[in-house]
Amino acid sequence: MLKDITIGQHYPTGSAIHKLDPRTKILVTFALIVGLFLVKNFIGYIFVVSFIIMATIISKIPFKYMIKGLKPLYILITITFFINVFMTSGESLFHIGPLNVTREGLYQAVFMAIRLILLVVGTSLLTLTTSPIMLTDGIEHLLNPFKRIGIPAHELAMMMTIALRFIPTLLEETDKIMKAQIARGADFESGNIINRAKSLVPLLVPLFISAFRRADDLAMAMEARCYRGGDNRTRMKELRMVKQDIVGFAVAGTLIAVLVFLRL
Amino acid sequence: MKSMIEVENVTFQYKNNEEEIKALKDISIKVKKGEFVVIIGHNGSGKSTLAKHINALLLPTEGKVMVKDMDTKDESNMWDIRQTAGMVFQNPDNQIVATIVEEDVAFGPENLGVTPEEIRKRVDEALNIVDMIEYREKAPHLLSGGQKQRIAIAGVIAMRPDCIIFDEPTAMLDPVGRNEVINTIKKLNKEENITIIHITHFMEEAVNADRVIVMEDGKIVLEGTPREVFTQVEKLKILGLDVPQVTDLAHELVKEGISLPADILTVDEMVMELCRLK
Repeated sequence: MLKDITIGQHYPTGSAIHKLDPRTKILVTFALIVGLFLVKNFIGYIFVVSFIIMATIISKIPFKYMIKGLKPLYILITITFFINVFMTSGESLFHIGPLNVTREGLYQAVFMAIRLILLVVGTSLLTLTTSPIMLTDGIEHLLNPFKRIGIPAHELAMMMTIALRFIPTLLEETDKIMKAQIARGADFESGNIINRAKSLVPLLVPLFISAFRRADDLAMAMEARCYRGGDNRTRMKELRMVKQDIVGFAVAGTLIAVLVFLRL
Repeated sequence: MKSMIEVENVTFQYKNNEEEIKALKDISIKVKKGEFVVIIGHNGSGKSTLAKHINALLLPTEGKVMVKDMDTKDESNMWDIRQTAGMVFQNPDNQIVATIVEEDVAFGPENLGVTPEEIRKRVDEALNIVDMIEYREKAPHLLSGGQKQRIAIAGVIAMRPDCIIFDEPTAMLDPVGRNEVINTIKKLNKEENITIIHITHFMEEAVNADRVIVMEDGKIVLEGTPREVFTQVEKLKILGLDVPQVTDLAHELVKEGISLPADILTVDEMVMELCRLK
């Protein structure tokens, strides 16, 4: 059960988009988010949607898979939709009980729902096409210039790498402890919410103890391998911007320019 | 020949609940370059504490530890010492840092500031030595214990150490994994000429060593070639340590009046000697 969780949801296909420099993808995604908030009418969306569809086709990720990623969000999208429908004042269309549905409300609701969907699809395109390690690497490089104002870029990236590394290990361990406790009569599945929360204590205590022990061991192993922070450290795989990255920036730049133009 | 490692009159003391505990008591050991030394002893005999001294993870309370003529107490030597004397720990899961095998092997050289091309070369070389090259793009958590431990060994080899300290590397492995790791260690000593200090409580793993050191209660109680040490069956038994099964069998047979040499260490030798009996 626990093993089904996949963090980052990386979907490798080896496409041109997968091979882009992670920095390019992060920056383009960031620009896309900003662009989405610049959009004021549906014409703007046509451009964003065609950009996302184009990127998805190039990335060879099946559309079905992308849509599946929206499922957990549909409650959020529905709530936003209805709040917008009922809470916007304007020309009244019809009434449902005390609630007043307005033309502006309906327009606003559809508009916001599309924005949310595009936001999720756009950002999931980043995680689907970039492995967690590349993502961390990209973030580290992008944060590097801010080191001077005290942002610990290397340390943040190292923490993310170690967290990613230990997710499967700790999940396995949780499974093991759970089975050990079930074998001794623990019940994790029945009772009300308070009882269930209480039954997690014999699971969490050993898990935390072992996690701390692992942290201690790992710190020692890292020291033994001469780890001394990010200074003077080299990397085996260096990030390099190539022609494709420039193309990526150009396309994203054009999109932003169009969106800004439409807004004027 | 010059000594690789010199441990001189080392005492190590630490506090546990206001109680002073001496983990090492006036220990002296010299290890030559290229030597294969096995240290055996019970849990709490101080063998792991000793290992951590050689890597400058712990510093002696009294006495001194020299690695290739570098004093571990001198902080400016610390990184050179850790590069010279690599260390492999017991739990393979807790010493792998990265989420991809080759990235993990690269971790050590990256810390040393080696150039990217050179790192690539060393990583491939190290993975070849431990016979794990075909797994280089796999995620470590999908590998078996023995494979993970070999990755950890590759991570140390990639730093080009002269000496590797193994702190019970087989304690958490199944027999298959244990064999894999032991064969890798032997190979490193024979083919790469790396000085090995192997800490274990499996007696069978000590048979191939150049020298065996038995520790008990922070002191060295026996020292010598495997033959010299394991023939002292009675003494080892008093210490509560096992001898290799074959040696034990030979010892029992000699006691029953069968004329066998008392220093049989391997099954092959036993077969030879038994066939010679008439």
